[in-house]
Amino acid sequence: MSLDTVDLAKNSPTQVQPYAELGLKEDEYARIKEILGRRPTSSELAMYSVMWSEHCSYKSSKVHLKQFGDKAVKSDALLVGIGENAGVVDVGQGYAVTFKIESHNHPSFIEPYQGAATGVGGIVRDILTMGARPIAIMDPLRFGPADAADTKRVLPGIIAGVGGYGNCLGLPNIGGEVVFDETYIGNPLVNALCVGVMRHDQIKLAKASGAGNLVVLYGAKTGGDGIGGVSVLASETFGSTGPAKRPAVQVGDPFVEKVLIECSLEIFAEDLVVGIQDLGGAGLSCATSELASGGSGGMKVELDRVPLRDPSLSPEEILMSESQERMCAIVEPRNIARFLEICAKWDVTVTVIGEVTDGERLEITWHGDLIVDVPPRTVAHEGPVYDRPLAKPEYVDRVNAEILSLPMPSTDEGIKEAILKLAGTPNLADKSWVTDQYDKYVQGNTIQSQPDDSGMVRIDENTHLGVAVATDANANWSYLNPYEGAKLALAEAARNIATAGAVPLAVTNCLNFGSPEDPGVMWQFAETVRGLADGCLEMGLPITGGNVSFYNQTGTVAILPTPVIGVLGVIDDVRTRTPMSFDRAGLDLYLLGETHEDFAGSEWAYMHNQRGGQSPVADLQMAMRLNTLLVAGRTDKLFVAAHDLSQGGLAATLTEMVLRKNVGATITIENTATTLLSETPGRVVVAINPSDKQTLIDLAKKHSIVINKIGTTGGNQLQVNNVTIPLDLLRTEHTQTFPQLFGR
Amino acid sequence: MKVGVVTFPGTLDDRDAARAVRFAGAQAVALWHADSDLHGVDAVILPGGFSYGDYLRCGAISRFAPVMQTIITRAGEGMPLLGICNGFQVLCEAHLLPGALTRNSELHFLCRDQKISIENNKTAWTSSYSQGEEIVIPLKNGEGSFQCDDATLARLEGDGRIVARYVGENPNGSRNLIAGITNERGNIVGLMPHPEHAIDSLTGPSDQGLGFFTSVLTAMVNK
Repeated sequence: MSLDTVDLAKNSPTQVQPYAELGLKEDEYARIKEILGRRPTSSELAMYSVMWSEHCSYKSSKVHLKQFGDKAVKSDALLVGIGENAGVVDVGQGYAVTFKIESHNHPSFIEPYQGAATGVGGIVRDILTMGARPIAIMDPLRFGPADAADTKRVLPGIIAGVGGYGNCLGLPNIGGEVVFDETYIGNPLVNALCVGVMRHDQIKLAKASGAGNLVVLYGAKTGGDGIGGVSVLASETFGSTGPAKRPAVQVGDPFVEKVLIECSLEIFAEDLVVGIQDLGGAGLSCATSELASGGSGGMKVELDRVPLRDPSLSPEEILMSESQERMCAIVEPRNIARFLEICAKWDVTVTVIGEVTDGERLEITWHGDLIVDVPPRTVAHEGPVYDRPLAKPEYVDRVNAEILSLPMPSTDEGIKEAILKLAGTPNLADKSWVTDQYDKYVQGNTIQSQPDDSGMVRIDENTHLGVAVATDANANWSYLNPYEGAKLALAEAARNIATAGAVPLAVTNCLNFGSPEDPGVMWQFAETVRGLADGCLEMGLPITGGNVSFYNQTGTVAILPTPVIGVLGVIDDVRTRTPMSFDRAGLDLYLLGETHEDFAGSEWAYMHNQRGGQSPVADLQMAMRLNTLLVAGRTDKLFVAAHDLSQGGLAATLTEMVLRKNVGATITIENTATTLLSETPGRVVVAINPSDKQTLIDLAKKHSIVINKIGTTGGNQLQVNNVTIPLDLLRTEHTQTFPQLFGR
Repeated sequence: MKVGVVTFPGTLDDRDAARAVRFAGAQAVALWHADSDLHGVDAVILPGGFSYGDYLRCGAISRFAPVMQTIITRAGEGMPLLGICNGFQVLCEAHLLPGALTRNSELHFLCRDQKISIENNKTAWTSSYSQGEEIVIPLKNGEGSFQCDDATLARLEGDGRIVARYVGENPNGSRNLIAGITNERGNIVGLMPHPEHAIDSLTGPSDQGLGFFTSVLTAMVNK
């Protein structure tokens, strides 16, 4: 194929171009021609197609995500907000923490290991790009039914990919989720979260300013992998026919990324860059256009200078390639020698590919011929915006009106069976099979990790300052009521931070949905965003960034609306955190919060194939009071242990608490089945010394939280009223599920 | 007292090892793979990680690093040398210790709190423990299954060169539950589990790994 240049494009206005094959709609193609005043060159078309994809441009979600700005929380802690690679918050003592969550759903279905691995690699580079040292990762995952044949293909590969990449980077994996549901069978969700830390003055931004500054590409060489990943994979519904999509999945090398991290941190420490951007989705197209439009706009790039793994790649392919482990920096000429020296030390390939100009256009040449000449903002930020039709799906009123008819155990034998069944059901069973494949110890700062309510890492060894992170989603509630579902997930993530005694500080999110071209899905999305924006405003938690993943659907079957909400909290002294379980007998157990008959969307209902009813309504004022109480209890050294109630209700929480440190409990409750199985949100079990009873009562009164004593700790069994379950039996039920399903 | 901690490209636990050295009361000195100068250290730790991406075989490329040539010479003269996890793999590849570490029997990465027993407390790195003492420290690797031929195994057992053994179920298929071994002189130790992650029960499963680092201080004082 001959080279398509800007001159050629001017002289051949009627040439037919494959815009539809690249995922662009006819009106989008027309708009490109209008912007340029001519047809685009094939390279320009490649750039616009990837940058205007749903994944990169947020064209279907933008009109709704605007609410995050309109309802923004005024927070002094927010140092960098939405729009950069990741948000940054002030956690005190001069430290800034950045965290973000992203999806890598579609690639992980096609090629589980590489899809998941490069999902971790991508989010880690986002964090690095802010100038931070990555310090921990988490991985909320969702799969089809645990016993489905395809889950046996997908799950082990994804777990090995998350572990293979993260372990090799030396990042502790401090938590996540593993949830099973039929709707994820063709669309597993792989969300990855990364946390990084830096000093305030080390924050870096993606901007190319200062004419004459150099554009430097460093890291791995560019290959043919991942071409069109964002437009082909992440922005279309999977069809049952059509060509194999594996070439669009990127292939990662964590060793290269580990070296890239250390090399970059050394470069940052010497303050050698003006701006920096990682190469992820849309590769060089994204990095060059975002850097240029983040600065004054002008940039010249000599594309033929890009080091290639495969010398036969065309300029269009180089612009679209999503080869991993690459970074693009803007460097002042006086610093370039030192920059090259540090890259040489780490054996990192580095090439000056262009320079910042005082113009307003991004100009790319190929062996001297001009092949791209565009205003960069039109590529990076002024893509199409769709206000897609939305309509409340017909199922909502129908399922909300359903009256649940669940078997409620009434005999001792029935209660025992229910507790054991919940302990072993895949959604609630012990996840060690998964988490034992992740390094949680590396870096030596991990205070909490799975199965704790939140992950916690120390960020200063001398002052003991730390941060806690939790992610949560309850897709069953979001299915019944996406507005409340989003608020409830937010409240739960924040509560998971507070149970350890950390103070919730900021929010990130990964919104996983079906096709935006389905008005029902679009309604679910709009309601979710409205709920999250309202919830964050009410709780005073700023949203620092997020990610939208659409087209998680096979044919007409969309996944459950799955907004994964991540909350970051800060704790002034990690040594004083409240652990999730007790290690001794003789403590009193209290249930904080009220229990109602909340079975809609519960694990008990799911186990009995019932999806209907009405989701609980979030009481965020109560949620905030409860969090304040939990933090105060930690500060006052009142709590020996605290553990959140969520899926599986009190039964699951007690199971997890007694098994964690192998100390039993004797529980006395009324209305046994409801108290054990209901999933009323906003509840926590705490353990205290009996002598602290009055302190707890006073604290609960002060914060208007209902408390009930439910039992005491000790013994080798979980005793609930007349029901006795030996811990060994409970442990067997809890731990055998995953090895039975997925082998040893 | 100076203890060197080597960083290869892809090393991960170097900062942890340095922290453990400091906790034990010594000075940690960062050594770089491409620099053959040991900067006056009295002992060296090869920490865990994936040096050179574990390309070819774990540790196979690292043994050729310039820093390793000096380390091999000095260790031959009696300098205490500890290889943890990937460091153990490097020691085997460098033929400072016999045998090889192969993929775990379950064929996936395994990270868990592991009970081990100290089988030889006469080495430079284990004198702080009592003979037979059981400790819990993290085990985390994909290729931690110790293998060697029968004659080597008999020699290791006969000469008391098994430094540590897994207690309970075999986590990775290692022969004779071997978690760590030493050379004839007792100055070089290779260990699969990670004592540097167990120096403080706040961040590790225990503080029982610290003994490896205090032991070497004793060894250096008594030199």
